[in-house]
Amino acid sequence: MKNGLQRRKEEKKVPTKTFKRTDGRKLDEMRPISAKVGVIPSADGSAMWKQGDTTAIAAVHGPKKMHPQHQQDPSTGQLRCNYNLMSFSVSDRARPGKNRRSQEIDKIIEWAINPVLKIKGFPNLVVDVTIQITQADAGTRCAGINAAALALAHAGIPMKDLVSSIALGKLDKTLVVDVNKEEEDYEEGEGSTDIPITMTSDGKMTQMQIDGKITPAQLKEIMQMAKKACNEIYEVQKKALKDGIGGGEE
Amino acid sequence: MALEEARSKMDKFQTTSNVTGKRIRQYLEKNKRFDGRKLDEFRNIEVEVGVSKKAEGSARVRIGKTEVIVGVKLGLGTPYSDSPNKGNLMTTVELTPLSSPRFEAGPPKFRAIEIGRVIDRGIRESKVINFEGLCIKEGEKVWTIFVDIYSMNDDGNLMDAAGIGAVVALKNAKMPKYDEKTGTIVYGELTDKKLPLKKDIPISITAHKIGNSIIVDPTQEEEDLSETRVTIGFSDGIISSMQKGESTSITPEEMGEVFEIIEKSWKDVFKKIEKFVK
Repeated sequence: MKNGLQRRKEEKKVPTKTFKRTDGRKLDEMRPISAKVGVIPSADGSAMWKQGDTTAIAAVHGPKKMHPQHQQDPSTGQLRCNYNLMSFSVSDRARPGKNRRSQEIDKIIEWAINPVLKIKGFPNLVVDVTIQITQADAGTRCAGINAAALALAHAGIPMKDLVSSIALGKLDKTLVVDVNKEEEDYEEGEGSTDIPITMTSDGKMTQMQIDGKITPAQLKEIMQMAKKACNEIYEVQKKALKDGIGGGEE
Repeated sequence: MALEEARSKMDKFQTTSNVTGKRIRQYLEKNKRFDGRKLDEFRNIEVEVGVSKKAEGSARVRIGKTEVIVGVKLGLGTPYSDSPNKGNLMTTVELTPLSSPRFEAGPPKFRAIEIGRVIDRGIRESKVINFEGLCIKEGEKVWTIFVDIYSMNDDGNLMDAAGIGAVVALKNAKMPKYDEKTGTIVYGELTDKKLPLKKDIPISITAHKIGNSIIVDPTQEEEDLSETRVTIGFSDGIISSMQKGESTSITPEEMGEVFEIIEKSWKDVFKKIEKFVK
């Protein structure tokens, strides 16, 4: 019985060691990241987040009067996100405009960021965040969240923390950090499981989704990996903000 | 951020104030502009190509603080019955809320539709695209070129930025790989072949009339005061498309002035983008 369990554990571990990522990264290694604030001069705050071949640009307008008027809330300010894939950011041209996917992601991003936002003191007002994906290579909602958090901070919207987001994955039986498109389409064995997670700097999760199949034990491990990755992202975000404020807008 | 500060920002940017407008007009009477440019002078133009790896061709164009990103994608389509051996061109413009507090999310409004149509005609009517070269099987299958233009920052003259972006992205685009057996596109693999384009560089240039002055490349403040505008699709001395926009009339003499200014501007712009469109 014990032996059998041990053997099963070993079996589980074997592919982890031999698994090779297509771009040669280590399992817990993220793609190269670059971040910059102040990329949109006319916005109140803006940021660019590039992670591998995924690029997101976010701009903040507001707080301003909520329009349409019937959505105004006299008890609090509101965050409104608008996520958009540019038509040429994907291989097969995406039709411009909103679809079901982008409408869901709008809400996901709002839920991910709202916990760190302190906009209760802006009754009837809205903070608009627009996110454009110029290049999509998986993890676009995470890049969008990272850019949006930066843009909000750059706009001087009151926040108690930043949020950092990363897409983790399970490829066959191996857990990896920051899946790219090729990995997202992985079909061998158990296939690919996509797990985007967003965390505050003190490790609270504000967003999490799963598409695929995974055990609770593996999920615990995933959350540990996410915490480590989000800490790294948090440092990049802090640096981008400091650089942006030091150098001013271009 | 204090609530008062937030409130004071609410109506900012919606339009240029009367006071500023009056001063701009006074300046123009003396052939001067706020930023020191001549009336027929463009702001600095910056071009960057290959800004999106997933696109078959892409470009970022900045004119002063105005910025657009243009991507070219190729898709498969069926030809129109009146042109069975010709490919298709589709140009869309999205004025994203990211680029200006004036733009709202939602279906394209008239301004976006108009820019798209004017830029589309500027390219189509210049005959720079050899549409026969986009035919795969006559009457059945042709390539469709999608030119998608996104505004990233609006500080006036998005129209010309869009036109420059479109031509640069087209000139830099490569054909995707086509699998003859399955009749589909092999995505992610581009051939070395460029799009079937002729040598012309059609650029749409817009002149605006404010008071008695004709200017090009307005900033947002100037654009707000524009009484009428004329966009001309121009390629090395030949006019191939035109659109007069807004309600104010224009005299033939003024129109003559517009032609001169546009011819000069085309040369200026061409010089700045020449190395990106070879």
